[in-house]
Amino acid sequence: MLIRYLSQIGKYFIMLKEIFNKPTKWSVMKQLIFKEVDDLIIGSLGIVAFISFFVGGVVSIQTALNLTNPLIPKELIGFATRQSIVLEFAPTFISIIMAGKMGSFITSSIGTMRVTEQIDALEVMGVNSLNYLVFPKIIALLLYPFVIGLSMFLGVLGGWMAAVYGGFTSSPEFITGLQTEFIPFHITYAFIKTAVFAILLATIPSFHGYYMKGGALEVGQASTVSFVWTSVVIILMNFILTQLLLS
Amino acid sequence: MIEVKNIIKKFGEQTVLKGVSTRFEAGMTNLIIGQSGSGKTVFLKSLLGIHTPDSGTISFDGRIYSELSNDERRELRTEIGMVFQGSALFDSMTVEENIGFPLKMFSNKSPKEIKERVDFVIDRVHLVNAHQKRPSEISGGMQKRVAIARAIVNNPKYLFCDEPNSGLDPKTAIVIDNLIQEITQEYNITTVINTHDMNSVMEIGEKIVFLKNGLLEWEGSNKEIFKTDNEAVTDFVYSSELFKRVRKMYLEDDK
Repeated sequence: MLIRYLSQIGKYFIMLKEIFNKPTKWSVMKQLIFKEVDDLIIGSLGIVAFISFFVGGVVSIQTALNLTNPLIPKELIGFATRQSIVLEFAPTFISIIMAGKMGSFITSSIGTMRVTEQIDALEVMGVNSLNYLVFPKIIALLLYPFVIGLSMFLGVLGGWMAAVYGGFTSSPEFITGLQTEFIPFHITYAFIKTAVFAILLATIPSFHGYYMKGGALEVGQASTVSFVWTSVVIILMNFILTQLLLS
Repeated sequence: MIEVKNIIKKFGEQTVLKGVSTRFEAGMTNLIIGQSGSGKTVFLKSLLGIHTPDSGTISFDGRIYSELSNDERRELRTEIGMVFQGSALFDSMTVEENIGFPLKMFSNKSPKEIKERVDFVIDRVHLVNAHQKRPSEISGGMQKRVAIARAIVNNPKYLFCDEPNSGLDPKTAIVIDNLIQEITQEYNITTVINTHDMNSVMEIGEKIVFLKNGLLEWEGSNKEIFKTDNEAVTDFVYSSELFKRVRKMYLEDDK
């Protein structure tokens, strides 16, 4: 079992190296990158915006409802919303949601190409199929921090609207809370995590799709396994990066 | 011309190819036949470089594949066209884009020149009203034509076909067979076809290689296959009553 996991990890790193070998012609790659930006980034904005806005609102309401002690200032609602959204919700939990959305799309599309011999066709033509299929996804996901930036903004906006229009606090109190003890490095930390998660989101699902064997049923299974492993690695990397950057 | 010398391929303990040697000439349709599990697919994939033989050599007009550098192999691959069993067309592209793909990847042709070449091969494989359709919108026979067009668009020196007739009705299968043979002769391509279809064997088998249990059991032409007394070949090729009768009639006519 352990040997199998180690061999899979080794295979993953060999794949990463292979992605950067023998690049595809730039005129073709450019189009592939635009397509991936459309599929992976633009296609995810709606769901990210929706989830972020409402989860921000819920965080704000939950915090407000738990502030029963009159000695605790109402500014804490804005403060808690900001910290939850910026530090964890936007970078980590949106990434896990994206492991489901983008990840299963990547695994199933590459997996289907594997079972229908499209990847063999690329290889026989002399195309580095890993570079052709995975590299544009990695480049497209360089824009992933913008998605997370949007998620942070909409999360805090949702929190502000829920708190102010729900009558839990006033707008100046919420904004004061947002500005309280603001540490700019927290934003840097969140975006460092986001960049690492972007690489994981592009490569782990690709690995599961590229090396899958079997037919249509196995494509479905590979998508599920890919989601599980992407989530597990995101959570582990979240822990490691938090220890390294914040402890 | 492709020359295969004594190739052996093992998967773990199992030896799938046990020392196969043969030669595939240019301008001829070379067929590989044999029962399921005889090593046909492994043989074809070894020729394509998808599998690396454990020993033996495969040379393409004198260029021994195992001795080529990565760049030389890449160069050689651009001279190869392949028609896959399931066509392996790119789902996200139209018929025109699928056919133009090798040119876009490996040539310095302008978009206008690519379009002209694509239109030419589309005409050559007799595809009608399919330019802007996606593979899922056309029939199996048309998909095969697109696959053949994509395989020949870059003027390959070597054409490989894996079960080009599978899933096709008998009439369309003959049309595809004849198309492959015409193209092979017209462009002097070394064509190697992996097939189970005995109609193809009779129709276009200018050279037939019969594999059994990973060994080359017999080789010859579609004329010679009627006369052979190799039991393994006759058992396999003339397993149906119809073909037994055809053989009998052929041999009687030949007398």
